[in-house]
Amino acid sequence: MKIKFWGTRGSLPVAATAGEVRNKIIAALTAAQGRQFADAAAIEAFTDQMPFAVQGSYGGNTACVELTGNAQSGELEHVICDLGSGLRPLGQGKMAEFGPGKPQTYHFFVSHLHWDHLMGLPFFVPIYIPGNRIVMHGCHPNLEAAIRLQMSAPCFPVEFDQIGAKVEFDLLEPGREYTIAGFKVRAKLQLHAGDSYGYRFEQAGKSVVYSTDSEHKLDNRVEQNAFIDFFRGADLVIFDTMYSLADAITVKADWGHSSNIIAVELCQEAGVRSLAMFHHEPIHDDAKLASLYDETRRFEEITRDGRAPLRIISSYDGLTLDL
Amino acid sequence: MQITVSQYVHAATDINVVAPLGRIDQSSAEDFLSALNPMLAQLGPDAPPLVLDFSAVDYIASVGLRALMVAARQAKASGGGIGIAALQPMVREVFSIARFDLVIPCFDSVESAARELCA
Repeated sequence: MKIKFWGTRGSLPVAATAGEVRNKIIAALTAAQGRQFADAAAIEAFTDQMPFAVQGSYGGNTACVELTGNAQSGELEHVICDLGSGLRPLGQGKMAEFGPGKPQTYHFFVSHLHWDHLMGLPFFVPIYIPGNRIVMHGCHPNLEAAIRLQMSAPCFPVEFDQIGAKVEFDLLEPGREYTIAGFKVRAKLQLHAGDSYGYRFEQAGKSVVYSTDSEHKLDNRVEQNAFIDFFRGADLVIFDTMYSLADAITVKADWGHSSNIIAVELCQEAGVRSLAMFHHEPIHDDAKLASLYDETRRFEEITRDGRAPLRIISSYDGLTLDL
Repeated sequence: MQITVSQYVHAATDINVVAPLGRIDQSSAEDFLSALNPMLAQLGPDAPPLVLDFSAVDYIASVGLRALMVAARQAKASGGGIGIAALQPMVREVFSIARFDLVIPCFDSVESAARELCA
């Protein structure tokens, strides 16, 4: 199974500022001071060993994650969690790969109906291609209404009914197991304004949980245990780590998000193999996100307590993982 | 969990010092908060502060940090003072990663906690 992160930012798309790019260049040139590079390959090798926050960027697109299975049918089917602004580059990638003449099926699993999780759809080119099939899976009875709303005046100039692809809506029942596009899929209700849903995908002995926009109350052990069961033994859990624990349970309590501390604790208890930090706070720059990543790895290390190590990943736009 | 309560005298004032022992986690956080409650109830603008001596705490989970948040909130509401003293290095690291040093004041020792909280 392959996971590609197309959008990893929470709440609002962001872009690196001129000042942030300048700081990266200054850091790179400072590190290179006095060195000679024989050729382009030597420059690339030097770049690759620099810290990620200097040589790369976490990116700024909102939630969109693609799952590619190993045992799908011959039909070209794509499985995508959420339709944040990361869906725009995903669509461009699919158009470049398949072109307009080869009909595709896109299965979307929608966590919830807030704008940052839907905003990419009007810019997803495959919806304008006749012959393509779009299936919106979700647990919100008003999923179709929300999708239509953002593609109607005055929100957007193209009406939903003008798109060329065939669009279907599939209302899922939380807790029930479905088989969709070769994956076993199960949804779970999460704590978030207007409700959100996490999804557990399983295929060929591998499992991934997509759990974003989910607040975890520390005084609700019953619900914590339900999440531990939902995450149990997963190869990868994609988890909303937007806030610090202090913020999540004080000034930002009831805002519907979680922290790196709770992510690590739940994944440790559930015997998860890898945790992907996700739904990054839009006010954080690359240096701050890299620092949070280091702290989270350290927290996992000092709380491991004899368990197998939990691999910590800080997801970024463009990251691909092979499970 | 084992918790001892003692008094530390600073400037002729008896200050309650609560010293938990071991881990504050899922199995002990509720007991820890219950043990704090009588002393939290005594806090007020004119009452001595409460010092939590963490020198014998070797692990704290998020649920334990929540108990501290509840205690700090209760102390603030009553106008009283509360602080944590003598964190072990690993527990101090957890406080820092969780940003809990911004939720409840931390001090190097019971003595410095008493001095600062009484100032």
